[in-house]
Amino acid sequence: MAISYFSDAVKDKIGAVQDYSLLAGRSISNLFGQPRYYADTLFQADLIGVGSLPIVVLIGLFTGAVLALQTSSTLQQFGSLSLTGQLVSLSMVRELGPVLTGILVAGRNSSGMASELGSMKVTEQIDAMRAMGVDPTKKLVTPRVVATVVMLFFLSIISDLVGLAGGAVVSYALLGLDMNQYWTTAYQALRFGDVFMGLGKPVFFGFIIATVGCYYGMAAKGGTQGVGRATTQAVVSASVLIVVSDFFITKLLIAFFKY
Amino acid sequence: MATTPSQLDQLRPPRPGAPDELLRFEDVSIAFEQPVLDGISFQLARGETKVLLGEAGTGKTLVLKLALGLLKPDSGRITVLGEEVSAMPEQELYGLRRQVGMVFQESALFDSLTVEENVAYRLIEETRTITDEIHARVLEALEFVELGHTYNLFPSELSGGMRRRVAIARAIITQPEILLYDSPTGGLDPVTSNTIIELVVKQRDVYKTGSLLVTHRLQDAFTMASHYFDRKLNKMVPLEDGSTRNVHTTFLILRERKIIFEGTASELLRCHDPYIREYLS
Repeated sequence: MAISYFSDAVKDKIGAVQDYSLLAGRSISNLFGQPRYYADTLFQADLIGVGSLPIVVLIGLFTGAVLALQTSSTLQQFGSLSLTGQLVSLSMVRELGPVLTGILVAGRNSSGMASELGSMKVTEQIDAMRAMGVDPTKKLVTPRVVATVVMLFFLSIISDLVGLAGGAVVSYALLGLDMNQYWTTAYQALRFGDVFMGLGKPVFFGFIIATVGCYYGMAAKGGTQGVGRATTQAVVSASVLIVVSDFFITKLLIAFFKY
Repeated sequence: MATTPSQLDQLRPPRPGAPDELLRFEDVSIAFEQPVLDGISFQLARGETKVLLGEAGTGKTLVLKLALGLLKPDSGRITVLGEEVSAMPEQELYGLRRQVGMVFQESALFDSLTVEENVAYRLIEETRTITDEIHARVLEALEFVELGHTYNLFPSELSGGMRRRVAIARAIITQPEILLYDSPTGGLDPVTSNTIIELVVKQRDVYKTGSLLVTHRLQDAFTMASHYFDRKLNKMVPLEDGSTRNVHTTFLILRERKIIFEGTASELLRCHDPYIREYLS
């Protein structure tokens, strides 16, 4: 009995990974076939990009500020307070900008996608779409994936920039650093590998956010309770996957750029 | 019915080379945790309407979903318009599904789209915009179900019966070869149910569309078998006593995974099977 229960649970998990992989694969392969839903993609880009902008700016600004504040005491012990700009710059661009933006967008949009598609699933709207000869992966999934990948890329850049600005304000107003020195060290610290890492990660994170949100939405069952469950699972899974994949992407890029 | 006959009310000739047989189930079985359908076989001819009856949970809706290829059978063959849907990959099914209309049990209208966008959904897929021609076709389909005035409303602003009628308009707008109705009168009051059945009968008698109708309301089934749509009076009227008019409507009854009856209304009434007698009583 226990073995049967265990094997069923394993089968379910493997089945879920298989279904997710197929959906993720289709979301990419749809890009190379007709029809393409440009209007839906733009609508999603507005929803994800413009909609997330205020929260991304706010979080980025205060993350940069608190980073400068927290590290200043340690740097001061070594007489290296002037390196604050460098530290904020590397931390924001390589790590905090993409990861925090990814987690924020996961919380805001992965849940939105799961609940929207989940509601459509449990009210048979997705079946109706299929019944009318429309591929839901083309109509619903691919526009969300493209929009999330593109918009997360730009949101991460904005987050990096306002994070640096937040650090600059703290460095100037509270730590008494010269503004010119802050921006110079922040700029000079960045190498091609750092920028590549900072801009490459949002592409992966955006793909994870959209595909996970869509997968849980399309797999929702069990009425409104099932939609709620799918929404929670989407946020948790997307956030965990972002953090875990961040480690492996970082390791890979560090090896590649030989830091 | 106050619907005005329109240019769409002309009988549509079958496509050149179109098969006479619209739908065929051959020894179809499907199980989830337990077997639901076991060795189901039947055919649907052009212009014919089959009414699928049975208790709740006997797999009536499943038959429609199998016919559309939304689900795959565990065994057996399902052929729609000469193509074996049970063996076709999902991507190839989309083209075939455009020739089949489906009215879902709970309407399944897109709640973020207006009635017009819902009804025009298939047409917008091709043009991406509501052109004047599409707008005219939408209005005509909505007039068919007497809801011409609702085109700019959202589904949430309609009653259950109105939503069901919009779903019918959405299914018929492209004049599909086959129509599948999943309990179109389920949960509706008798007057609204009668309006829906009148639309189904009109579709059958005016457009001669082959259809498979799932219902658990015997009254609907017998109304379909005993009435026809009079185009001059523009309403559904009962067959006269002794009429030889063929309404092309037969019944299927599902019970415990099998089809236990297939035949006309009069054959059903003459059937001595104890379960069917009890079902009819």
